[in-house]
Amino acid sequence: MSTQSDTHYLEAKGFYNWFFSVDHKRIGLMYLAAILFFFVLAGMAAMLVRLELLAPGEQFIDRHGYNVAFTLHGAMMVFLFIVPGIPATLGNFCLPLMIGAKDVAFPRLNLLSFWIYVLGAAIVVMSLIGPPGEAWLDTGWTLYTPYSVESSSGVIPVTLGVFILGFSSILTGLNFAVTIHKMRAPGMTWHRLPLFVWALYSASLIQILATPVVGITLLLLIMERSFGIGFFTASLGGDPILFENFFWFYSHPVVYIMILPAMGVVAEILPVFAKKPIFGYRAIAYSSLAIALVSFFVWGHHLFVSGMSNWSRWVFSLLTFAVAIPTAIKVFNWISTLYKGSIQLDSPMLYACAFIFLFTIAGLTGLPLATLATDVHLHDTYFVVAHFHYTMQGGTVIGLLAGLHFWFPKIFGKMYNEKRARVGFWMLFVGFNATFMPQFILGYMGMPRRYFDYLDQFADLHFMSSIGGFVNGLAYLFILGNLIHGIIKGTAAEKNPHGSLSLEWTVPSPPPLTNFDEIPEVHDWTYGYGNEQHA
Amino acid sequence: MSEPGTFFHLHEEDPVEAYENFKLGMWIFLATEVLLFGGLFAAYFIFKFIWPTVFEDGSSHLNKFMGGLNTLVLIFSSFSMAMAVDAAQRGQQKKLVRNLAITLFFALCFIVVKGFEWGPKLSHGITPGSDVFFSVYYMTTGLHLLHVLVGMSFIGLLLARALKGRYHEENFGGVEIGGLYWHLVDIIWIFLFPLLYLI
Repeated sequence: MSTQSDTHYLEAKGFYNWFFSVDHKRIGLMYLAAILFFFVLAGMAAMLVRLELLAPGEQFIDRHGYNVAFTLHGAMMVFLFIVPGIPATLGNFCLPLMIGAKDVAFPRLNLLSFWIYVLGAAIVVMSLIGPPGEAWLDTGWTLYTPYSVESSSGVIPVTLGVFILGFSSILTGLNFAVTIHKMRAPGMTWHRLPLFVWALYSASLIQILATPVVGITLLLLIMERSFGIGFFTASLGGDPILFENFFWFYSHPVVYIMILPAMGVVAEILPVFAKKPIFGYRAIAYSSLAIALVSFFVWGHHLFVSGMSNWSRWVFSLLTFAVAIPTAIKVFNWISTLYKGSIQLDSPMLYACAFIFLFTIAGLTGLPLATLATDVHLHDTYFVVAHFHYTMQGGTVIGLLAGLHFWFPKIFGKMYNEKRARVGFWMLFVGFNATFMPQFILGYMGMPRRYFDYLDQFADLHFMSSIGGFVNGLAYLFILGNLIHGIIKGTAAEKNPHGSLSLEWTVPSPPPLTNFDEIPEVHDWTYGYGNEQHA
Repeated sequence: MSEPGTFFHLHEEDPVEAYENFKLGMWIFLATEVLLFGGLFAAYFIFKFIWPTVFEDGSSHLNKFMGGLNTLVLIFSSFSMAMAVDAAQRGQQKKLVRNLAITLFFALCFIVVKGFEWGPKLSHGITPGSDVFFSVYYMTTGLHLLHVLVGMSFIGLLLARALKGRYHEENFGGVEIGGLYWHLVDIIWIFLFPLLYLI
């Protein structure tokens, strides 16, 4: 036992010591490998979509293949990559270290949620085995009824897989919530918690409260197909629109499961590289909770044109606008943190700044979609596609990359090549904007989403978007390649290369298996930058 | 073969801390259960509002006597479960085992009665696909039945451990948490019974 603090968590060899390990750091790393695998897979589906859309008419895949490609891209990106996303990877790794605990509250449950994730992911992927023409899902990731009840494609395996993945998400959220309530080190009060922990807490609440609803919805869909129950079947007195309501009651809050942790990552990085205390700590912390709360009451904005009473439309529109308030509070405070700071533009900081820039575009383009009159025009066009890619990719993925670069030395005990990291960043930034900026215009011009073909007048913008998409895809390969190179060949990292004051940087890189020899006592918040005697 | 920190070889943990964590964890889990059934309850109210006569007609086909009997059975089982928790906290071994066994027996009664309810209906061609009322009926009572089965395995596990004398004044968390779960299963039925059978 005495040698334990000398061995770090990466040293374990063999399948058993990883796949049965209850250590939060190993579980986080296994999640990271898994979700990045599906990210690349789903990314390839996106490349196929962009390839097909290079020019009008059929190019490389037929209509059905196209439906399958965008469905796979969406379903895998959402359920296998971005929902577990930051919490399961960086959250798992950092949360106990940041609050001064040896592990999460339920280490075995944590491992169980990973196994459940693997099982669910396997079932989703298994539905792809079989002839592409028949078995591969073609309903879009939203699985809208009545088509998902009638479609002959693999709705049941995918739905079952996603249903199982929901348990994984719920258990992770439950585990984190209990950990944050009960496992904080002495002196780590709520108002001293790092903002990433606040963000994880808010996201956990949504995971706990929203996921069961999509669980029952998916279960109903399976029952609908296999036992002919009538919740969503109009001929039996059911209502297909009810599926949309249920689905978005989960799937809108889930957007905040994706984005809140990314916002938390940004709030950790900005003060370190601006060498200034975070501005408006409590405003940022409580705005996370406010976003989580309001997120439950805005799902109706996905149904403005689906059939809904005028009263509901007004209320949902108003509530959707309300989300902009806590979000803007965050942006204001992040920028105020930078104001008069001593800014150092290392790669994590580049990503964090890009997050603010891109997420602001994402947020502002959400407002015309929340406005009833403009939504009638923009609904189900490329404007929506561009809007949510600015939140999901420009927000969450950029946030994940920011965190990966920031905590990389702590996770692996090595450094990546900083110069190449910056090159990768700029490739991604240019490629991403080149892909999705034209899509805003396409959508405004009336190009509907999910269409296999388009009119000649859209050809130039589609071509630009496709070229941007390929740059975007290459950028990811370059960035991941640089990180993998860093893991294998990188130079050894110091304990605290960025000069952060947070607790995870007080332990060696990579951290020992039990994190802290002695549980630390906390006397101050983590953001006392520019006042370094605390360090 | 394994070092500390694998699934079968956990770090030592503080029992008081573990107890408190598990209790909070269970309460959060119960919240997810409420949301899970919440979707079905929402569907019930929506469809009842749209199709009041379908629901009236469907409800008249349900056997109020059997539904009422099952309600009583579950209420008694909740009582014996509460007695079991009390016995565990006081370290009364025999009383604990007896009450867990009684709870398990009542749960079994519930399932038998349910079988007598579902069986004739299905053989008369009243299936989940008959109309939207019976879709709601079979879905809600079916999901609830699944929870009864999960609760029974939970209580069975507690009983097996209680027979080995695992629970006493210092260690009763497992029984308490099992009790929380069982009460939730009971409460959900308390709502389902009047909604489906009586109104």
